[in-house]
Amino acid sequence: MRWRDTLRSGLEAILGHGLRSLLTILGIMIGIAAVILTVGLGEGAQSSVNSAISALGSNLLVVTPGSTTSAAGVRGGFGTASTLTLADADALGSKKVAPNVIAVAPQAETIEVLTAGSTNWTTTAVGTTASWLTVRDRQVEEGGFFTSQEVSGADDVVVLGPTTASELFGAESPIDQTVTINGEPLTVIGVLTSAGSSGSTDLDDMAILPITTAQQQIFTGTFATSVSTIYCEANSSAGLSGAYQEIDDELLAAHHIDEPSDADFTITSQTTIASTANSVNRTLTDLLAGVAGISLLVGGIGVMNIMLVSVTERVREIGLRKALGAAPTDIRRQFLVEASSLGLLGGIGGVLVGFVGTVVLPHLESNPVSLSIPATIGAVLVAIAIGLVFGVYPATRAARLSPIDALRSE
Amino acid sequence: MSDPTARVPRVDADEPTGRVVVDGDPTLIVRHPIIDMKDLWKTYRPGSLDVHALRGVTVTVEEGEFVAIMGPSGSGKSTLMHIMGCLDIPTSGSYTLNGADVSRLSETALARIRNREIGFVFQQYNLLPRLTAWRNIELPLIYARVPGPERRRRALIALDQVGLSARAEHRPTQLSGGQQQRVALARALVTNPALLLADEPTGNLDTAAAGEILGLLQELHRAGRTVVLITHEPEVASVADRTLRIRDGQIETAEIAA
Repeated sequence: MRWRDTLRSGLEAILGHGLRSLLTILGIMIGIAAVILTVGLGEGAQSSVNSAISALGSNLLVVTPGSTTSAAGVRGGFGTASTLTLADADALGSKKVAPNVIAVAPQAETIEVLTAGSTNWTTTAVGTTASWLTVRDRQVEEGGFFTSQEVSGADDVVVLGPTTASELFGAESPIDQTVTINGEPLTVIGVLTSAGSSGSTDLDDMAILPITTAQQQIFTGTFATSVSTIYCEANSSAGLSGAYQEIDDELLAAHHIDEPSDADFTITSQTTIASTANSVNRTLTDLLAGVAGISLLVGGIGVMNIMLVSVTERVREIGLRKALGAAPTDIRRQFLVEASSLGLLGGIGGVLVGFVGTVVLPHLESNPVSLSIPATIGAVLVAIAIGLVFGVYPATRAARLSPIDALRSE
Repeated sequence: MSDPTARVPRVDADEPTGRVVVDGDPTLIVRHPIIDMKDLWKTYRPGSLDVHALRGVTVTVEEGEFVAIMGPSGSGKSTLMHIMGCLDIPTSGSYTLNGADVSRLSETALARIRNREIGFVFQQYNLLPRLTAWRNIELPLIYARVPGPERRRRALIALDQVGLSARAEHRPTQLSGGQQQRVALARALVTNPALLLADEPTGNLDTAAAGEILGLLQELHRAGRTVVLITHEPEVASVADRTLRIRDGQIETAEIAA
């Protein structure tokens, strides 16, 4: 039997049982669409994490305080100690101490209530230095950023995130308006350009002020004396490891620590942040893809089920075809073509549903979904393979039928 | 006779009667046997007890003959028909079909023989309901790997031979029983087989339609076809040249019809 005739005969059998074929195809379709969408969600999440990490700034090393240990011996975890100070940041800013570090931005932050006239808004107040803008890779939309002079002079100025500005001033320009934080009136000198969100942090809702002003006039307790993060920008990506070493050495010396394992601070790079975030993502994606794979398996069992029904139902037809000269191979091929066509149609349907999903899903939830061409082609091939694999048993059963028994059946 | 080299020379296709003249002697006319069965046994083993469906059957059907095989149910008639039609192989004995030993062939080889040498007509017509008349007829040609346009051409010729040219695009459900059986007959003829094997072809038909089918078989016989007709009705068997009776797995008597 020629391949063209085998194909035609298989397709005619599928069309001959429209509803049944459609339901079988639906099973494969759902499985394929689920796989495509979970992979797409995973890739989308990964690229959004990566862009969020690069939004932190480029060639960045982040120094955070180590953990505290209470008198009772309870260790508080990373970031709970307040061992980093403005002096540490100043030391790292020195070209002599850390030649590979080109900019340093210490950051002290608390949640504060901002008041402008009769309006108020609660947000993160960030005390930092003039280099924050370049280190964090941000731009100013309107007005300007504070200078080193304003930092050393502890001037009463503030730069607002775009969300904060519109919450406090609406459509009005906030420049030269006054915002009061903790009783201290500050003049708004600039508004940041929107940067979206980094993970769970809204990068557009914050008030940036000189760290001197913040620590001397506004912040209280440990926030007035320590910094929560020191962002250090290395001169190049090649200089990252050198910068890491310089920061580590300087801080160990400044904090009088002999054993590096006893360090009361942690240095992380964008790479480590990215790989941690991505490994979490990957685990979730793998889990979801596993579930999607199971639904694909169920779809395959559906194909097998319907093919077995089809063989049983067409025993007489098989007998007749054999009597007319069909060899076992011809019969096997006919049913395999039928099964893999069901798989192929399901695969194509699944890809179409996947396409629709990648367009619709981002509107329903914030996560982006990306559709990769290799994954799509792979999905269609997998669908055909599933049809084939689950068609082998029914096809072999059909091929083995004795023509006499087959013709005799009613 | 199981030696496969022991072949009888094939008859020239231009010789409609299938008679060949041997040794230049015009009086000695040798017919070429289409079916040559020798001491065929078929044993089934349901459980441990042997059931002999055929007990040493020897049958020869010459080319161009019209032979009826008659017997009550359970006589081994169906088993004989299955082996004759290469749907099954004998337990022992030899069967030479159109010069080739087919008693020990594999399933695939048997399928090829069925496709080339045998045209089946069944009691149940066995037409595929989804396909139109001509597409039912082309089925054996599909398995013979004949190209599409050629299949259609030959299917329409076969349909014309059974007088149903006008029904080429009709589905089996749109045809009467007699017409369906004629389509089945066309399907049996389309490969130009050496043997036409009709198993109770009139069993489901009324007298008029049955008469038409038997008439067609006689016509084909007169045109030189070898026809074997299996039936349990004496009046159906009477259209054949010769009737073989089978009972308890053995051929009873061989008699030439009047």
